[in-house]
Amino acid sequence: MRLNCTVNGEKRQADDVWPGESLLYVLRERLGLPGSKNACEQGECGSCTVYLDGTPVCSCLVAAGQAEGRAVVTVEGLEFGRVQEAFLAAGAVQCGFCTPGLVVAVHDLLARADKPSDPDIREALAGNLCRCTGYEKILDAVRLAAQ
Amino acid sequence: MDFLRPSTWEEALAAKAAHPEAVPIAGGTDVMVELNFDRRRPPALLDLTRVAALTEWGGDGDLLRVGAGVPYRRIIEELGGRLPGLAMAARTVGSPQIRNRGTVGGNLGSASPAGDAHPPLLAAGAEIELASVRGVRRVPVDEFFTGPKRSVLAPDELIAAFWMRPARTGDQFAKIGTRNAMVIAVCSFALTLDRERRTVGTGIGSAAPTPVRAPAAEAFLAASLDWDSPGAVPPAVAAEFGRLVAAAAAPIDDVRGTAAYRRHALSVLARRTLTWAWEGSR
Repeated sequence: MRLNCTVNGEKRQADDVWPGESLLYVLRERLGLPGSKNACEQGECGSCTVYLDGTPVCSCLVAAGQAEGRAVVTVEGLEFGRVQEAFLAAGAVQCGFCTPGLVVAVHDLLARADKPSDPDIREALAGNLCRCTGYEKILDAVRLAAQ
Repeated sequence: MDFLRPSTWEEALAAKAAHPEAVPIAGGTDVMVELNFDRRRPPALLDLTRVAALTEWGGDGDLLRVGAGVPYRRIIEELGGRLPGLAMAARTVGSPQIRNRGTVGGNLGSASPAGDAHPPLLAAGAEIELASVRGVRRVPVDEFFTGPKRSVLAPDELIAAFWMRPARTGDQFAKIGTRNAMVIAVCSFALTLDRERRTVGTGIGSAAPTPVRAPAAEAFLAASLDWDSPGAVPPAVAAEFGRLVAAAAAPIDDVRGTAAYRRHALSVLARRTLTWAWEGSR
């Protein structure tokens, strides 16, 4: 089937989409946007987090057809700013695989809360797994970005 | 594979009648996992995310009707005051990303014994509204589940909504897992104490082939509580309530825990939630 949606502000079209494939697959394999990472494919790890109509979701759990006519913003579509800078400054990136999903999740958190408490930060990032950092540097980055 | 995309409830029911083998999909948090891992190849998906009526809730008399497609995030934000037990359970579902998409209707459709929404629905005596082109019926939630991942839902039916009486402060929910987020319950327990009606409701999750109530524990507690007393629940009453809740479960040993652990944990959760609910409802 043909899929039409808006990705990072641009009208995009993909052909020969299998209706059961995920939005993540469409983004990475059909639209050339590999920023969203494919790790668990079951919504556990958050590395494929994107905005769907303004709401952070795991793109691996959105059926391609469900994105028809919707607006998707991936990590590539976020303006480089305080979140990414804070991740670099705090050393919150090691292998980097979880980083795109975390950047989207933190971007959403800071859009909703100016000065998130530590419990707020932990709750907002509960769906994003990192196997390198032990999370401390990531928490530092969020606190830094929120300053 | 066909992808059916109804935009109204009438179209959705017509599509399900014409394609009874189509798998309904809302938040996708269960269905997409099965597709991603090649566990399921249905001939069609029936996308319900464009049916606006499913995402509405409202009052009807002294009951609330909540559309099957209201995501957990909105249960927490919009219904936390009216349905506190369900909102507590919703807060334990997955992660923010999962709660943004997952729905109570999807939880019911999957009918997992571990579904987090099921115990509070059981404790509150909720009814599930099922619809097809043949008509609408309301099924008490304790008659909805028929086995692991099985329910009374007919092949041409869709889950429209659930009906619940708003609670005030006597609702509680507790869940055992290895961490707070992204956990399938080892076991879970929901309790509703209604001081006005002097009734007790219970729901047990992940400790039997289906989510179940603990009717003997409910009857015992309703008869044993001194409803007019401002005092604490007598420890002997709480302990017996816990024992009866554990006895109502039929757990198995699996990767998440043993049957013996589940029974023990349920008795502890029952005692704790009783203390919290009694305090909260005074």
